[in-house]
Amino acid sequence: MTGPQRVAGAGEKTGSRVSPLAGSADGVLRDRLFSYVILACALTVLIILFLIVYELLSSSQLAWKAFGWHFFWTHDWDPVNDQFGALPFIYGTLVSSLLALLLAVPLAVGVAVFTTEMSPKWLRGPISFLTELLAAIPSVIYGLWAIFVLVPILRTVVQPFLAKTLGWTGLFEGPPYGIGMLAAGIILAVMIVPIISSITREVLVVVPQQQREAALALGATRWEMIRIAVLRNARAGIVGGIILGLGRALGETMAVTMVIGNRPEIAKSLFAPGYTMASVLANEFSEATGDLYLSALVEIGLALFIVTIIVNAMARFLVWSVTRGQPARGHA
Amino acid sequence: MPNPETKQLEISLWRRITDHLATLFAISTVVLVLAPLIAIFAYLVIKGVGSINLSFLTQTPKPPGEAGGGMANAIAGSVLILGIASLLGVPVGIGAGIYLSEFGRNRFGDSVRFVSDVLNGVPSIVIGIVAYALVVLRQKHFSALAGGAALAIMMIPTITRTTEEMLLLVPGALREAAYGLGVPRWRTTLSIVLRTATSGVITGVMLAFARVAGETAPLLFTAFGNQFWNWKLDQPTAALPLQIFTYAISPYDDWHRQAWAGALVLIILIVAAVAAVRLAVRHGTLGGAA
Repeated sequence: MTGPQRVAGAGEKTGSRVSPLAGSADGVLRDRLFSYVILACALTVLIILFLIVYELLSSSQLAWKAFGWHFFWTHDWDPVNDQFGALPFIYGTLVSSLLALLLAVPLAVGVAVFTTEMSPKWLRGPISFLTELLAAIPSVIYGLWAIFVLVPILRTVVQPFLAKTLGWTGLFEGPPYGIGMLAAGIILAVMIVPIISSITREVLVVVPQQQREAALALGATRWEMIRIAVLRNARAGIVGGIILGLGRALGETMAVTMVIGNRPEIAKSLFAPGYTMASVLANEFSEATGDLYLSALVEIGLALFIVTIIVNAMARFLVWSVTRGQPARGHA
Repeated sequence: MPNPETKQLEISLWRRITDHLATLFAISTVVLVLAPLIAIFAYLVIKGVGSINLSFLTQTPKPPGEAGGGMANAIAGSVLILGIASLLGVPVGIGAGIYLSEFGRNRFGDSVRFVSDVLNGVPSIVIGIVAYALVVLRQKHFSALAGGAALAIMMIPTITRTTEEMLLLVPGALREAAYGLGVPRWRTTLSIVLRTATSGVITGVMLAFARVAGETAPLLFTAFGNQFWNWKLDQPTAALPLQIFTYAISPYDDWHRQAWAGALVLIILIVAAVAAVRLAVRHGTLGGAA
């Protein structure tokens, strides 16, 4: 902070303009006006959330009345005959997000552990900077890269290999298109690594130094120290970071839409194309003809909204319980 | 016949191996995470630089399948939409942040804090739906205004929370000193507290800006896209991310080439905007402490 001089200057200037004794009634008036304006801004934040909830609820009424809970358990998506079931999208969202977590968590925690516990000091800054840079790349650019670089690699190298070695599990069978659930999971993983690793780093940093020293003094190797003293202490916060990553993965739209194949089917194989809640909205919302169709899409949006809110609230609470109120910097 | 001492040694050898394996694992995760980053930037530069030319930057798109044309209208449209978003979002966000730090030590403040964290996690596509229902349905038009409103909604929570954080860093003694001189509260807040935290607040604004600049999902059914020039606020407007999306999933090679060029331009715009403000703040033209 280089504050003091500058602030002293500002103080003098205002002091000379506003007489401390005269015109105090005017000052009170302006103060009141100012606080109203500021209050209005704060209220706007609440109003926005209210509007989101209201619009989602009112616009999805039609579909809710027509299908009820059934909407979430049936898998017919047939706009022509006005039959709507969201199960394939829910399935696609869950599977792609879980796959992403499976791939991203070890990587993200590894990076966080490396930067806080192992890396030489001069490397810490650059590595954290570069991982944060991953978070700044727009989703549509991830999608572009995935279509033209990742998918061909998957199609020609990774998928034939997986089919040969793990084909018997049933998860890796069928024609290797490249695009499909696997591609979506991988690109999502790349996108959520920075969130999970930055939150994990935050909670690792607040583990008290004495814990580390105590473990080392008892003869632990560095890895044992990390496992016993650091990771165990930060467990809740790491889980929070993972859930925050999940929240991001669930709502991620563009990159997934570009590589998942967009077919409302439920297939066991990860090679098969799928569809997610967010990508069906992206693809069909502006083309939806008919009120029921539109309403069904909004209901998917509503479900997505509710799920992400629950997931994020859980994550924030867990991170908060470790860092004690220092706000978790939101990327979600 | 192992005596106790060699057994001790064996265990410690095993422990040492695990230790090294753990280190090795951590290093390989770093490599694996940074590999896509490097690959993405490499492709952007290689494929993008070769595709950017004068017509890309000055022309509007050609009909599907025809080579040539450019994204000039999309770049301009993005600037327009982002301008609207900033105009709507930045004042509200900063105002709400001021409220939270200066007046918000109460129940109401806590609920605003909670709600802005919640808003931060709402998927951008859902915000697109809401902007569609609020603006597009009323205007009966896809429009730049609707796109700007959607992006503004996404900017507000980020700006609110960073502004609050930055203002809280300003020492209370400064406020008291100002009150002591008889400066009214509004003046203290604006000319002293906000001014001291200027650079931090601007950094928050830039973070929010960079985040929405590449957003595509909320623009799909608000700004909608346009193949031609448009400066009217109530008409469908092209945007760079939308154009990249459309071109990337198209079957035409020339459009793929332009998608890469567009992606490079988008990244450069985002980085340049952030870097310019960082520099301006650091070199004191915008003043304040950091």
